[in-house]
Amino acid sequence: MPNPSAPRQNGKQLDPAVRKKNFEEVAQIFTKEEAQAEANRCLHCQNARCQANCPVGVQIPAFIALLKDGNVGGAISKIMETSLLPAICGRVCPQEKHCEGNCVLKEKFGAVNIGMLERYTADTARREGLLKTPVCAKKTGKKVACIGSGPSSIAAAAELARAGHDVTVFEALHAFGGVLRYGIPSFRLPREVIDKEIETVKSMGVKFQTDVLIGASEKIEDLLKEFDAVYIGSGAGLPTMLGIPGESAVGVYSANEFLTRVNLMQAYKFPQTDTPIRIGKHVVVLGGGNSAMDAARCAMRLGPDTVTVAYRRSAAEMPARAAEVLHAQEEGVVFDYLITPKEILQDEMGHVTGIKCTRNELGEPDAKGRRRPVEIPNSEFVLPADTVIVAIGQRPNPIIAKTTPQLKTTERGVLSLDEQGKTSIPGVYAGGDIIRGGATVLLAMKDGIEAARRINNYLNGEK
Amino acid sequence: MQENTILVKEQLNSAVVKFVIYKPLIARSAQAGQFVILRGREGGERVPVTLVDWDKEKGTINVIIQAIGKSTSLFNSLNQGEQFLNVAGPLGTPVEIKNYGTVAVVGGGVGIAEVYPIARALKEAGNRVIAVLGARTKELLILENEMTALCDKTVCATDDGSHGMKGMVTDAIQQLHDNGEKIDAGFIIGPIPMMKFTARLMDKLSIKPYASLNPIMLDGTGMCGCCRVTVEGKVRFACVEGPMFPASTIDFDELIRRTGEYKPLEKESLEIFHKDHVCKCGLH
Repeated sequence: MPNPSAPRQNGKQLDPAVRKKNFEEVAQIFTKEEAQAEANRCLHCQNARCQANCPVGVQIPAFIALLKDGNVGGAISKIMETSLLPAICGRVCPQEKHCEGNCVLKEKFGAVNIGMLERYTADTARREGLLKTPVCAKKTGKKVACIGSGPSSIAAAAELARAGHDVTVFEALHAFGGVLRYGIPSFRLPREVIDKEIETVKSMGVKFQTDVLIGASEKIEDLLKEFDAVYIGSGAGLPTMLGIPGESAVGVYSANEFLTRVNLMQAYKFPQTDTPIRIGKHVVVLGGGNSAMDAARCAMRLGPDTVTVAYRRSAAEMPARAAEVLHAQEEGVVFDYLITPKEILQDEMGHVTGIKCTRNELGEPDAKGRRRPVEIPNSEFVLPADTVIVAIGQRPNPIIAKTTPQLKTTERGVLSLDEQGKTSIPGVYAGGDIIRGGATVLLAMKDGIEAARRINNYLNGEK
Repeated sequence: MQENTILVKEQLNSAVVKFVIYKPLIARSAQAGQFVILRGREGGERVPVTLVDWDKEKGTINVIIQAIGKSTSLFNSLNQGEQFLNVAGPLGTPVEIKNYGTVAVVGGGVGIAEVYPIARALKEAGNRVIAVLGARTKELLILENEMTALCDKTVCATDDGSHGMKGMVTDAIQQLHDNGEKIDAGFIIGPIPMMKFTARLMDKLSIKPYASLNPIMLDGTGMCGCCRVTVEGKVRFACVEGPMFPASTIDFDELIRRTGEYKPLEKESLEIFHKDHVCKCGLH
């Protein structure tokens, strides 16, 4: 019998004092006992709300039931019927917004820890050799190009391969994974996990190419000569800056640059690796999203005296996941709310010395219902800093749109799609941050999976 | 043939090497003013390098590399038949090629090689092209013969007077002007101070200056914003909007500060490289 009132298992985490000095994964995998106890809490609801709210439609009650029976191989196969990247999803999906946020046990006993169960299933199946290469349909002879190797594009590629198409993924950088590789740090998503998940997709026959920047190395029109359809999942590779004086001072990073140096280029291993990074004594991260948390936690691991996250609204409006905020706080990151940066101050050598800021109070809610920050008159002060990381969001990378005039975009640079999810060029589909402008890994994957279905219909001659 | 293979390696002087690399995808679409990103080893940096030439038929690209830091020293230790780990491109916005009238192409050091494809494209577009080549000393002055063959006039300047006129490229440009040469536009590639003073002089002489900037880059695709430069008071990303910008309003001093950010760490990295590296090229 299920035991929903048993305490929710949260797994173990590395000790903050230890983990703030390394890049090892913070959240430890469930033990077999923890997994059993947590699986036992699931009620296996009919018309399960968790499953209905999963962006990639994972059959949650079914996989947990298999897990409860000790059938890890069956559980992983069940998950992979709809989602081919379970070890990634189990780690970086904001479950509190999707499955766990809709678990019937949430209010009374605490939601089933679905994220950790998915991760346990994926990691255990991989370790014990129970993860089978998904079966692909008979070859259709149709060729599809997927642009970018981030979550959206890989999800699309995997589903297209499963449908029997011949798929090639084009990546601009030297390593695969897109934002999973350059943005998300290894202490949240170990590099081997990305490698292994991509190996699964490769084992389905998908070809992967590095060093091809579509729009520059080849244009969309060139691809359409060789491929029957194209999926654009090129992501939000353009940092938003503040547009305040001093932003080009030495010691100011965009979150993208800072995270790319640390995560993709592994600058924290310098001089064993060749890309350097400089960290000051007092780091200030501007912004309150998940990239800001990643940047703050990476910065902490490089050994400064202080890391401060400065956010313009209050804790309640902060978009970062609560768990990330908690982890950052445990690691010693300080949060300072209701701050607007006005100018980055620099010395005569052009090095950052601080940020001139004003204090805010909360005003009326904006269009999204979040209370607006309103500047308090005469509240100016200087926040001392010698490293500043600007983490206020990303926008779509403009290279493809710029070199493909037929592609319609909005004024914010995101690609416009019709109701069928098609771009303005026949056979060309798009999804992920290139159409959303900066969302989550899971929504990007969802777009990829849905686009794969549409591309499949298109290639089968259906409208 | 494996992509990224070095087909020809030619030592131009003690620190400068020319590579011909097999990379059909880039050779097919390269245009004057664009660059590639190279990596030499796992864990290696992504280094932007200007495309000096390309051959669509043979599928090859040419780059010229001066060994300055660890990564460029590592590149220059690669031999014919070996591969670069990664070659990505062509990146950046091509230079606007049209008939400006009379143009000066100004190269300092390895900048001479980098300005060469621009000179060629401008010549093909019907411009009268004057090459102004500068280097510290004769040994470091490269591609003079190629430039002389291509351009309507070629002037050389060396700091020590060992070749051409004694002085800087700015002295050579001033002299051209004083001799009645009317120049409409200038395309400058070289060390940042050289570009700064050349642009300033050209402004004074009513020559429209353009300079190709070399800020620090990571991805080279506009993703990180590391390469931001200030032009006309606006922040621009050199990797996608440049590297060539109208030079009158470039904040060169900011560029100097930003490119110097990692100097101490780069020095440390180079020292370790020299200590550990057993050179195969036979020159050291």
